[in-house]
Amino acid sequence: MTHWIVVPFLLPALTACVLLLLKDRLRAQRVVSVFSMLVLLGVVAGLVAVAGGDGIGVYALGNWPARIGIVFVLDRFSALMMMLTATIAAASLLYAVQGWDARGAHFHPLFHFQLMGLNGAFLTGDLFNLFVCFELLLIASYALLQHGGGAERPKFGIHYVVLNLIGSALFLIAVSILYRIAGTLNMADLAVALGNAPPAQAPWIRAGGLLLLVVFLLKAAAAPLYLWLPGTYAAASAPVTALFAVLTKVGVYAIARVYPIVFGASAAMDVVAAVVVPAALATLACATLGAFAATTLTQLAVWLTLVSSATLLAAVGLFTTEGLGGALYYLLASTLATPALLLLADALAGARGSFGDRLCRAPRMHHAQRVGALYFVVAMAVAGMPPLAGFLGKMLILQGAGPAPWFWSVVLGASLLNLLALARAGTRLFWSAASDPCDGLPASVSALRLAPVLALTAAIVGLSVFAGPVDRYTRAAAVRVIEPANYLEAVLGADTLRWTVRVLGPDASGARP
Amino acid sequence: MELLLATAIGLLAAAGSYLCLRARTFPVVLGITFLSYAVNLFIFVAGGVRIEQPPIVGAAVAMTDPLPQALVLTAIVIGFGMTAYLVVLAMRAYATSGSDHVDGGR
Repeated sequence: MTHWIVVPFLLPALTACVLLLLKDRLRAQRVVSVFSMLVLLGVVAGLVAVAGGDGIGVYALGNWPARIGIVFVLDRFSALMMMLTATIAAASLLYAVQGWDARGAHFHPLFHFQLMGLNGAFLTGDLFNLFVCFELLLIASYALLQHGGGAERPKFGIHYVVLNLIGSALFLIAVSILYRIAGTLNMADLAVALGNAPPAQAPWIRAGGLLLLVVFLLKAAAAPLYLWLPGTYAAASAPVTALFAVLTKVGVYAIARVYPIVFGASAAMDVVAAVVVPAALATLACATLGAFAATTLTQLAVWLTLVSSATLLAAVGLFTTEGLGGALYYLLASTLATPALLLLADALAGARGSFGDRLCRAPRMHHAQRVGALYFVVAMAVAGMPPLAGFLGKMLILQGAGPAPWFWSVVLGASLLNLLALARAGTRLFWSAASDPCDGLPASVSALRLAPVLALTAAIVGLSVFAGPVDRYTRAAAVRVIEPANYLEAVLGADTLRWTVRVLGPDASGARP
Repeated sequence: MELLLATAIGLLAAAGSYLCLRARTFPVVLGITFLSYAVNLFIFVAGGVRIEQPPIVGAAVAMTDPLPQALVLTAIVIGFGMTAYLVVLAMRAYATSGSDHVDGGR
């Protein structure tokens, strides 16, 4: 089984290279791209099952031991994230092959490079490799954001690229500081080294940890670093935005992964825990207000993507097993729901002719009732209303938070206001139609365009029905993340001998491997 | 040597931060470039400053740490590619909006 761990990283890479060779043959590209996506789904589903067993899978690239080379680590958390990414990517690919991919060059190769970066970021057990995987997924996202051309996209592209380049610079500074202290960049080895660091190093560890936090909060779009997100996401084409719904979760994933393991025993943790929850709650409040100001359904869905990642961040910021367990369940539920709403918004825009997805009075579209019923289900899933999975996720998060008045009031208040915003949008789109369908209106939304939305909705319903097993899985995943002893042992081996050459530390004199 | 390097990194980072906050795309691109120079130097000295020592185990009494050199190489390549992309994007935005303001205004 060991070699299967690297497949979710290698398969998209190879697929993207093959797709580049087929550059002008869209039909062949579609076949290869969809086929590879299906294989990836199968492999990742298998890895989820494997990770559900007891051990933690460690794959040493080039068979170099963990302290020298780079390792990929598969546990329940990373397997779940890859499964979620593959599901959403499959849905948006299914949507894209119906026309969006023809509106610009190289959609399919970029899409698979993006998947490669995402899966790499979830799997890696090395801090510098995490930086490289972040860059991989960002490079692909910079180009995917421009897909389809237009005047808006370069403008928001510049904001997005500049901010992320500054973020990368901070990431590198943080990595260098930590390397200077610990002499290693492997996460498990860093954890041991930082735990053993002398008290005089504490300010440096804190500086490194907090700089890293700024970078992750920028990726997760937490207040006050969220202003880039609404415009950028709303400007991108629909299948790209649907995939981007995972990107903010990468920041949250990195926080949940790096801090309990690397900084769990060090001085930085108390400051981090004090910063994350307030930032997340502030983001939640701002995003909820933003959802009310939205003038199109796409904008609304983008703000609700931010709501989803802010709620998630608030729960992750508790750094407790209960909080993270609830957060992981909510992550699955809400991250499947927002892409469904984004794709539905684009499909609706096609059926409303020149009115697009603007929230205004327009002639009634064809088959408005059926589409409206689908909108109702998706909106319920996004708002987190019972009996769908988002509700259970929020409930688990609130249970995990314990008696925290601020936490409860912000999360519940935001839920209520989100529900109102979605209801208002639905009323405008489906009930306050100006007239019956007229001749100028395009034909109804084709069933094929709604298929990805239906598939995502079915996945959410499945999550609600099988809530028990999924909840057990996410809880077990959370235990492994918050109590990293198993992780450290799996990566470093039972012995805690430190091989790392510390030639340059204060005890530099005679150290040799 | 440490003082010289630290001053150089500080000046580059300060100039880069200032230029990143300008409203036109060209100064922002320059600012990003300065910032990445500062960061690259910072990574380079993260292994400690050793002069005229080879990065080879056993070849010298106190060898230079080879890992930051490998890291900085990766960082330089990524930073260079990103800057090139940003330049193209800025040109594109100028062509479509007729302005080099970062928000597309005048």
